[in-house]
Amino acid sequence: MPVKVMIPTPLRPYAGKRASAEFQATTVGEALGHLTKEFAELRKHLFTEEGKLRSFVNVYVNDEDIRYLAKENTPTKDGDTISIIPSIAGGNS
Amino acid sequence: MADEPTLWISGHLAEKIRAHGAETYPHECCGALLGRDAGEVRGSDPAKYPLTPEREILALYPLVNRRNDSPGNRFSVSSEDVLSAEKEARAHGLDVVGWYHSHPDHPARPSAYDRDHAWPWYSYIIVSVQNGVPQEMTSWRLNDDRQEFSPEGIEIRHRAAV
Repeated sequence: MPVKVMIPTPLRPYAGKRASAEFQATTVGEALGHLTKEFAELRKHLFTEEGKLRSFVNVYVNDEDIRYLAKENTPTKDGDTISIIPSIAGGNS
Repeated sequence: MADEPTLWISGHLAEKIRAHGAETYPHECCGALLGRDAGEVRGSDPAKYPLTPEREILALYPLVNRRNDSPGNRFSVSSEDVLSAEKEARAHGLDVVGWYHSHPDHPARPSAYDRDHAWPWYSYIIVSVQNGVPQEMTSWRLNDDRQEFSPEGIEIRHRAAV
């Protein structure tokens, strides 16, 4: 059983309008790699040009924020759900 | 106009956004825009659905600005707040279709910081608040290439409650 990646609403237009996708992956980074390979247009919205996850992109494995685990090296097992959750920021100047 | 997306919002909700900006002045206010997006329906044949808005705001979900360090020129909505806004939207059969915030003593134009932190697809409403008084309100959507925002028209409409 693969891991399931939940795609947030604003990114679905770049992912064939899908709400989720499933991949065989042993880490979060591997799953996101498969995701952005299948849907290449997602990449610039999730990662900086240096290949780092953007600061307002939050990734959870089941209910755990990967920032408090092993970040993109966080291991995944069959049946896990990876959620991409936006945070929102802005301001003048 | 033909190429510019348009957002429908009631005068009442537009006024609530302005009031929120005045209330938190000189700090930035922020909140979620709950509504429906029918862009694909309209996009497929605009002439056939003249009364279907591309995107309509039907409720607001005001939030607390999490930026305690610089609330006068920054706002932040945590992922927990985003999830809670999505839950509220679902409870009313709606979606989170965008976000609003104020620019105290600055124009209602997106900054480079706004652009760098924006998501595509969402509508970003900005209300300028000058000396505590709400002024111009604009809406924007991030372009696919993330290089800039495109303006989105705001059309004040009154519809029956859903």
